[in-house]
Amino acid sequence: MIPELGHFSLVLALALALIQATVPLIGSFIQRVPWMRQARALAWGQLLFSLIAMGCLLQAFLTDDFSVVYVATNSNSLLPEIYKVSALWGAHEGSLLLWATLLAAWGAAVATFSRNLPLPVVARVLSVMGMVGIGFLLFMLLTSNPFERIFPMPREGRDLNPLLQDPGLALHPPMLYMGYVGFSVAFAFAIAALIGGKLDAAWARWSRPWTTVAWIFLTLGIVLGSWWAYYELGWGGWWFWDPVENASFMPWLAGTALVHSLAVTEKRGAFKSWTVLLALFAFSLSLLGTFLVRSGVLTSVHAFATDPARGTFILVFLCVVIGGSLALYAWRAPAVSGGGRFELLSRESVLLANNLLLSLFTALVLFGTLAPLIYEAMGWGKISVGFPWFNTMFVATMPFLAFLLGVGPLTRWKQDEGERLVKLLWPAFLGASIAAVFGGIFTPLESEHWFLIPLGLGLAVWILIAHMLAIWDRLKHKSGLGALFRDFAGGGRSFYGMVIAHLGVAVFIVGVTLVSHFGIERDVRMSPGDVQEESGYQFHFLGVENHRGPNYMAARGHFQVTRDGELVAELWPEKRSYFTSAKPMTEAAIDWGFLRDLYVSLGEPVGDGDWAVRLYYKPFVRWIWLGGLLMALGGLITLTDRRYRVLAKSAGKRTT
Amino acid sequence: MKARQKRLLFVAFGILGVGVAALLAINALRSNIAYFFSPSQVVAQEAPANAVYRLGGLVVKDSLQRQPDGLTVTFDVTDQVETVRVRYTGILPDLFGEGQGVVTKGRMGPDGVFVAEEVLAKHDEAYMPPEVADSLKTAHAKGVSQAAEGAKQP
Repeated sequence: MIPELGHFSLVLALALALIQATVPLIGSFIQRVPWMRQARALAWGQLLFSLIAMGCLLQAFLTDDFSVVYVATNSNSLLPEIYKVSALWGAHEGSLLLWATLLAAWGAAVATFSRNLPLPVVARVLSVMGMVGIGFLLFMLLTSNPFERIFPMPREGRDLNPLLQDPGLALHPPMLYMGYVGFSVAFAFAIAALIGGKLDAAWARWSRPWTTVAWIFLTLGIVLGSWWAYYELGWGGWWFWDPVENASFMPWLAGTALVHSLAVTEKRGAFKSWTVLLALFAFSLSLLGTFLVRSGVLTSVHAFATDPARGTFILVFLCVVIGGSLALYAWRAPAVSGGGRFELLSRESVLLANNLLLSLFTALVLFGTLAPLIYEAMGWGKISVGFPWFNTMFVATMPFLAFLLGVGPLTRWKQDEGERLVKLLWPAFLGASIAAVFGGIFTPLESEHWFLIPLGLGLAVWILIAHMLAIWDRLKHKSGLGALFRDFAGGGRSFYGMVIAHLGVAVFIVGVTLVSHFGIERDVRMSPGDVQEESGYQFHFLGVENHRGPNYMAARGHFQVTRDGELVAELWPEKRSYFTSAKPMTEAAIDWGFLRDLYVSLGEPVGDGDWAVRLYYKPFVRWIWLGGLLMALGGLITLTDRRYRVLAKSAGKRTT
Repeated sequence: MKARQKRLLFVAFGILGVGVAALLAINALRSNIAYFFSPSQVVAQEAPANAVYRLGGLVVKDSLQRQPDGLTVTFDVTDQVETVRVRYTGILPDLFGEGQGVVTKGRMGPDGVFVAEEVLAKHDEAYMPPEVADSLKTAHAKGVSQAAEGAKQP
């Protein structure tokens, strides 16, 4: 009975979405206030029914109701409770339900925190979000209903994919989807602005915090995904340029460009049409990502089992959204007036270059991801694009961005003098040069990418010192550390948020540079009692014993790692076989540290009690994710900036 | 400079940058793509002799052999018509299994054994790589038509 209730709630949510997509929008044209007012209640209604549907599916999981196909294929009576909850979004149908629910949640959030917005804007924004909601609810109801029943009812479930039975992956999809779906708000604001023909600084100020929140979630989602891949897949990599990873990275790149161009639009009124276009692209790329992941057109290590009907639906949906929004853009954007003027050397120019580089790189990633499809469509054969290509593209574009990152915050709006910048930035240049030389000393010349270590370290130090100088420049007429705190507590949040996010980039660069060039990965054969030496650490293999978990049996290896005779870590990597699956699962053991990770995973037994073993030494690998977290933290701090708080406080009082 | 000239300069730089990037990107792509071949195509010598490509199919049951060093394995990959032997040194992915789909990347060795640098892991065991599914279908169709022709000519 309860699964049917869930199904019915979805139908009701769809009905509400249909009304939300039409009535307030029409109301905004014929100026009917009651029609427009519906939007908020409808948005809340959609959230309510989506949550009921989620609740029903959760109940089916918790009570092991295997008459529901989705539960039978993704759960098992032995599955730990916590993973029964995360199994909700462990596969296709459930993750769509999560998409739809999060979309409704964003809608409700817009409805709640938009008291100071003109009613027609709110009505239009929520209508556009209703349209997106229709797309996803229809998709779910027509091709992937999570509440579908099976008869006769299986006695036991097939269990959740063991790879997904992990805290990292329990959190990864909701974070990522919050980001994907969050860009729908920026998209809706852009469409609403195009419909209304009013694109101004106020519009940018409204959509900016929403975009930032979405961007923060997407950042966290990608960080979690990368971290999960690192420790769970047992091969110690943190990024593979896999289509599914690219699917999340492209909206992030576009979103990052959007966050920056929104700043220009808000502060200087420039780049208006460009900002709108980016908002459309960021969300379109989110949808494209969903299409790539769910349609199975590309070979991916993620390789979700797929269904052609689903692919067709998303493709049509994608065409409607992208085609429709671009058509609207072509029709309305020329009416948008040009923005403020600026000189060749100005912060606007630097941010323009930032946007060009980010867009260029997005286009390259898109091209590389779709190249196999293009080749096949043209009959040129079946290809795969190797990750070295993506790495080359990354190295060819991103250092320029990192360089600009040091220049941007010190450059003045509208117009600046080169001489002033050189005078300000020379310490950063000096520091960067020293770091590069230092890096060069430790780089073996025969290595293929010998210039990357000096480049990476130099750029990281460049960004670090340039931002210290930016703070100094900002506070040079005040004195002491107290001024810094007062400034932070006062009106400077968005500045300090930017600084922290940019320092995150520097930390990320250090991590990537060092782990790519000094990381060591070795597959070896070890007998119990063997010792292997790796970068000054001795890995002692003590043997393998059996171990029973809640829903699996494991062969558990025991390693002791010593350095100079002292015990550094005890590691227990596992090779698990889950009762419900024929396939073994590798559970790596990692001794993590701020400066290095030691990583051991078990391959397979090779006879006589010997095992094939993977030993990794990963210096500074944590810095990669630390950098991502700092970026997200920076975003969070900008959100607490005074002008948003003032807006929130005066909500309701002001009627604009 | 007038505003108009400046804008033109921006646009010119933009177009130049994108053009150069596109050229470099496509050029770099050529050396980084790996074509897919089925065992039948490899046996028919359609695959390049000294370039990296991907070979995929089903792992033949009971063909997995481990060399004395414990890390090198050989196994046979088939599309049900032809079979190619593959050698790989390293730890096989968890989802590798006999009788199941696999995609390997590497180059043909002088001894006619395909030396794989990479054996592709799959997250989902119900999943079959699209290329493998395709090549199995083609090979199956070919097998059927050969059988039919054989029946016609006594």
